[in-house]
Amino acid sequence: MIEIKNISKSFGENKVIDDVSFVFEQGKTNLIIGESGSGKTTIMKLMVGLHEIDSGEILYDGLNFPALGVKEKQEVRKKIGMLFQGGALFDSQTLEENIQFPLDMFTTMSKEEKLERVNFCLEKVQLTNKNKLYPGELSGGMKKRAALARAIANSPQYLFCDEPNSGLDPKTSIVIDNLIQSLTHEFNITTIVITHDMNSVVEIGQKILYIYKGKHWWTGNSQEILKTTNPELVDFVFASGFMKEVFNVVKNK
Amino acid sequence: MNLFFHLGRYFILIKRVFSKPEKLSVYMRQIIHEIDNIGISSLPIIAIISFFMGGVITIQAAFGFTSPIIPLYALGFTTRESMLLEFSPTIVCLILAGKIGSNIASEIGSMRITEQIDALEIMGINSAGYLILPKIAAGILILPFLIAISMFLGIFGGYVMGIATGACSSYEFIFGIQAFFEPWKLWYSFSKVITFAFLITSISSYFGYYTHGGALEVGKSSTAAVVYSSILILIFNFILTQLFFT
Ligand SMILES: Nc1ncnc2c1ncn2[C@@H]1O[C@H](COP(=O)(O)OP(=O)(O)OP(=O)(O)O)[C@@H](O)[C@H]1O
Ligand SMILES: [Mg+2]
Repeated sequence: MIEIKNISKSFGENKVIDDVSFVFEQGKTNLIIGESGSGKTTIMKLMVGLHEIDSGEILYDGLNFPALGVKEKQEVRKKIGMLFQGGALFDSQTLEENIQFPLDMFTTMSKEEKLERVNFCLEKVQLTNKNKLYPGELSGGMKKRAALARAIANSPQYLFCDEPNSGLDPKTSIVIDNLIQSLTHEFNITTIVITHDMNSVVEIGQKILYIYKGKHWWTGNSQEILKTTNPELVDFVFASGFMKEVFNVVKNK
Repeated sequence: MNLFFHLGRYFILIKRVFSKPEKLSVYMRQIIHEIDNIGISSLPIIAIISFFMGGVITIQAAFGFTSPIIPLYALGFTTRESMLLEFSPTIVCLILAGKIGSNIASEIGSMRITEQIDALEIMGINSAGYLILPKIAAGILILPFLIAISMFLGIFGGYVMGIATGACSSYEFIFGIQAFFEPWKLWYSFSKVITFAFLITSISSYFGYYTHGGALEVGKSSTAAVVYSSILILIFNFILTQLFFT
């Protein structure tokens, strides 16, 4: 469980995150949704300490992360897996080396065990036998999936995914969503997923935080979001005609 | 103000670089990789430059030494002294500052802007140590060898040109190379090389590590890396020369 309490962040004059509080629950897929530029990625980076918060608290199972020393932070981070919005794969390494990297660093696994784990992760993201490719040789969606494989390689306790299915076709997108959800349930991970994709919201949104202009605007789950009357959220959710139709179907049930 | 800001941040970074490595075996692997990347790949350019510079020094010296009082073996002596004291340790390191410095700064800089450094941090790795320590270590280990090769090839180039242009005989040149040799001068030269190796790798890493923005800034970082490494090489060249020669 990760709890954020009244966190705020400004970049210069620009107040990007304004007094946001939320509880990201263990064993659930917690979503952060909102328009482009609303501050989703910033919240995630604040939570893992890539940006420093101006005020507030971030509690990892009760441990106030921003107050920890460098070494203690590193210990918490070893339990974090993170998928960056841009992938952030290591260019100079093959996929296999990328995924193996956290294992090399922090485990005493043998070569065979590592390879087995790498292949397992690659299979999960549907990149079987792509071990020897370099990130430069992958498509955008493949990079995303490879980065997800690296994020889950060392069996994280906290999984952060920044738009795991942007750039993916609807079918692969669902595979990835299901993967994230099943990992979350199976290993009782605290999972935080940023998404724009209403499909994912409905599929895996067990707990949802809607951010509007850096503010905590609405919380609920995938059922409640379809019945919301919050005007900004309605605009966000039903921006497409498709979602409007879905909504009508749900309402008439 | 700006200078103190950079100095302060540089020393903080260096402190992080020299904190205890997470896993020695991974670092060792990186060092070997960097030795190849920094050192071996620089060999061809160093070889060519040194050979021709040595040759040119000899020809110029032969042209200047027209007085009958100056013995012909002075050619070998002059070439050796120029190569050993200044050309190989300083000028070649300046050239390497251009090659290695821009390489390191752009590599680390592009890792910064594509969030690869953040990814390392999130895994709980000391990114400064992991990325920079192997480069500094590799530089300090391999540059003395490169410079030794440069010294040898420079003198060899002088020998070849000296003979080829008929400026002196083989015997005279070789006699000159051996004349009045003082071993402490090698200490001086290699102290310079090790200092410069540290300066080039650490300063370039610093500029790469603190890149902000996009591809344009990566270019700026690598320019800054080369400029500041070169300036500091010149400053330290002066300081070390003062120390050794007084
Ligand atoms: N390092 C930074 N320095 C200054 N401003 C920043 C920085 N990072 C983000 N911002 C600003 O913070 C705001 C929120 O950015 P953020 O990346 O969190 O948006 P987002 O919700 O993730 O958007 P998207 O869905 O497009 O990824 C933007 O206005 C952006 O300009
Ligand atoms: Mg974002």
